[in-house]
Amino acid sequence: MSIKLEHLNYVYSQGTAYEKKALDDICLEIPHGEFVGIIGHTGSGKSTLIQHLNGLLRATSGELYYNGENIYGEGYPMRELRNEVGLVFQYPEHQLFEIDVLTDVCFGPKNQGLSPKECKERALEALRLVGLKEKYYQSSPFELSGGQKRRVAIAGVLAMRPKVLVLDEPTAGLDPKGRDDILNQIAFLHKESDMTVILVSHSMEDIARYADRLIVMNKGRVMYHDEPKKVFEHYQELEKVGLAAPQVTYIMHDLVKSGLLVRTDVTTVSEAADEIMRVLHREREE
Amino acid sequence: MIRDITIGQYYPAKSVIHRLDPRVKLTSTLLYLISLFLFKSISGYLIATVFLALVIRVSRVPLSFIVRGLKPVIMLLMITVLFNLFLTRSGEVLFHAWIFTITEGGLVTAVYMAVRLIYLIIGSSLMTFTTTPNELTDGIEALLHPLNKVRVPVHEVAMMMSIALRFIPILLEETDKIMKAQIARGADLESGNMIQRAKSMIPILVPLFVSAFRRANDLAMAMEARCYRGGEGRTKMKPLRYRSRDYTAYVVMAVYLVTVVVIGRYVPLHVWVF
Amino acid sequence: MVRTEKLVFEYEKRDEEGNVIGTSRAIDQVDIDVKEGQFIAILGHNGSGKSTLAKHINAILVPTEGTMWVNGRNTSDPSELWNVRQSAGMVFQNPDNQIIGTVVEEDVGFGPENLGVPTDEIWQRVEESLKAVGMIEYRHHSPNKLSGGQKQRVAIAGVVAMEPKCIVLDEPTAMLDPVGRREVLKTVQKLRQQKQVTVILITHYMEEVVDADKVYVMDHGHVVMAGTPREIFSRVDELKSYRLDVPQATLLADELKKRGLKLSDGILRKEELVRALCQLN
Repeated sequence: MSIKLEHLNYVYSQGTAYEKKALDDICLEIPHGEFVGIIGHTGSGKSTLIQHLNGLLRATSGELYYNGENIYGEGYPMRELRNEVGLVFQYPEHQLFEIDVLTDVCFGPKNQGLSPKECKERALEALRLVGLKEKYYQSSPFELSGGQKRRVAIAGVLAMRPKVLVLDEPTAGLDPKGRDDILNQIAFLHKESDMTVILVSHSMEDIARYADRLIVMNKGRVMYHDEPKKVFEHYQELEKVGLAAPQVTYIMHDLVKSGLLVRTDVTTVSEAADEIMRVLHREREE
Repeated sequence: MIRDITIGQYYPAKSVIHRLDPRVKLTSTLLYLISLFLFKSISGYLIATVFLALVIRVSRVPLSFIVRGLKPVIMLLMITVLFNLFLTRSGEVLFHAWIFTITEGGLVTAVYMAVRLIYLIIGSSLMTFTTTPNELTDGIEALLHPLNKVRVPVHEVAMMMSIALRFIPILLEETDKIMKAQIARGADLESGNMIQRAKSMIPILVPLFVSAFRRANDLAMAMEARCYRGGEGRTKMKPLRYRSRDYTAYVVMAVYLVTVVVIGRYVPLHVWVF
Repeated sequence: MVRTEKLVFEYEKRDEEGNVIGTSRAIDQVDIDVKEGQFIAILGHNGSGKSTLAKHINAILVPTEGTMWVNGRNTSDPSELWNVRQSAGMVFQNPDNQIIGTVVEEDVGFGPENLGVPTDEIWQRVEESLKAVGMIEYRHHSPNKLSGGQKQRVAIAGVVAMEPKCIVLDEPTAMLDPVGRREVLKTVQKLRQQKQVTVILITHYMEEVVDADKVYVMDHGHVVMAGTPREIFSRVDELKSYRLDVPQATLLADELKKRGLKLSDGILRKEELVRALCQLN
């Protein structure tokens, strides 16, 4: 159960004046059950990359294996792949269209050919998973607030019971609380089920908090693919390509420069607090 | 598919034609289109062809680009040609089988019609190739200005056109995104009969309309915030001003018109090639 | 420059037939006072009423009760409408939905055209504004080909070209990536220095308000906190209760204080925290 990309290339508008290489020789392996963060600035190829994972875009060259099977092989059931790999686009609330929330969430399961009863069961389950209050199930999706709409849209993908959940900046435009709510919900989902989660984000702080591994994209190439802590050690290289490490990482580095010898592979606030307290105590004892 | 359509696109190049006042180009295009129907003889066609070829040359728009613009209308062309070919009955019968009869007159009309249509399309697309959408709307606004007196909201129409032009690419991109999102949710947009396919468009059209309305609402607010209050009291950043080359262009156009009408109508060069 | 007195704004709620079935207060008894040349930030979660308040400054909305003055003019007075809109320019959230022109320079010229500025002066203003936001080399480009941050800078130039006394930015960075966000904020800072223009920034990104002269926090249509960034950010728990967040440096300082370290209140920047920690040692 894994996704494996081998020498994957993708060229936009091939053969025209607008030709652009969006993905350049991507080799990656994402094992099942992992929480992977993908980071990179706009135009780095990260959105193009995730659209390959469920076959929406077809690589210009190279291979993509899902569970060991080449999805570009003849007769590969692309529809089944889309059932397994759920993709939540940026601003997914813009795809809502049904008269009420429940019917909209049923759209995915209905396309999978399930019976109306099963569709409803799955939709209810998905809506519970994203934590939407039951009183909204019969409302028009267009009457909800931004954060609620976003949940409904995510539920629409979850109702298909994907084994891999790919989210493209699920927190864009939300306020801090809305952002934390959605991310906690995703982290909870990942913990409860054995789903693989692939999270595209602009926020280093968020990735540092949730992801097991981190893929950094730059100019269509994989720049780093490692644990977040290890990637953030390259904070100077990250800055050169318009990215940055979480703010706490910088604080730790600055502390070292000022003579307080803390560990610098720290990426979250609570870790940083632990580490600073540890070092301060030790120094006092000495 | 959508990207193949070159009609209505702007082809950036530096030519005299590009620099002409849009009013000149609009008027000239219109006159040229009319001229195509003012003659019957082959001499007329020759002149119209030479004139068009010259303008294309001067415009520096590559011929291949222009020809590509004809692709989407090929079907339409074929239909017109076939209709003329089989339905016109005059002159000698050249071919007859079952209900199909081709006469000499039919063949000539069909060929002439095809040439006219092709020139019509090339002529009008040449205008859009060499005129930016803004110039075009400015030109239309200026030319239709007299209609203001009969209460036609010319400025508003022109403003609508230019906004539409700005939002077409945005909405195309949005359509693509919504389609992908629904395909990712298992939507099947390709199989089934006409009715099923039409039905499968609902999940795309509803969000698209919602988004278009939201954008329209936002844009209206942004325009108001920037003190937009219709055409009255507005000044222009790029007012249209005739220059000497524009007058020259009018003269050239007039000479062409006179020539094509006089020669095409009254010079008896009725050499039927068929 | 911008002053409100007991400002109230009510939306009418309608049923499906369009009958009014009640009202809901988006803004409730708000008093704010912005002096000329200040940099003011208004914070609040989505739906807190901050955008509704912003739209009042530009007279897109007018108060249901109470008054709003912009540059000494009452926004409820219809005869002052265009003066109000000219003196308070507005930049919106969605970069695509506020650019009208199909060429960058023409979009920047849109405002001055509406104001009836003579052609030569429009060109001058357009050039100057595009230079001020650092977009002059893109003047002939189509806005569709620009990045989000660049589009927002064009939108800012479009407002600057109208020579307003005050610029209201309604979540200008909410839809941008970090690079775009930095671009926009730098541009705003530069404008403040060059033109001494009053800036009202509406946002929910806390890092953006560190340099503000004064911060207002809104919740449920009320102003619930007001003060300097330092005062506001020293109340971490209160901010969190309003669905807001604080910069990581502030959060870390707060966390360390909770664990018994004696740090001063309202640490905003990482340099301050590093200095404070080293002094402890």
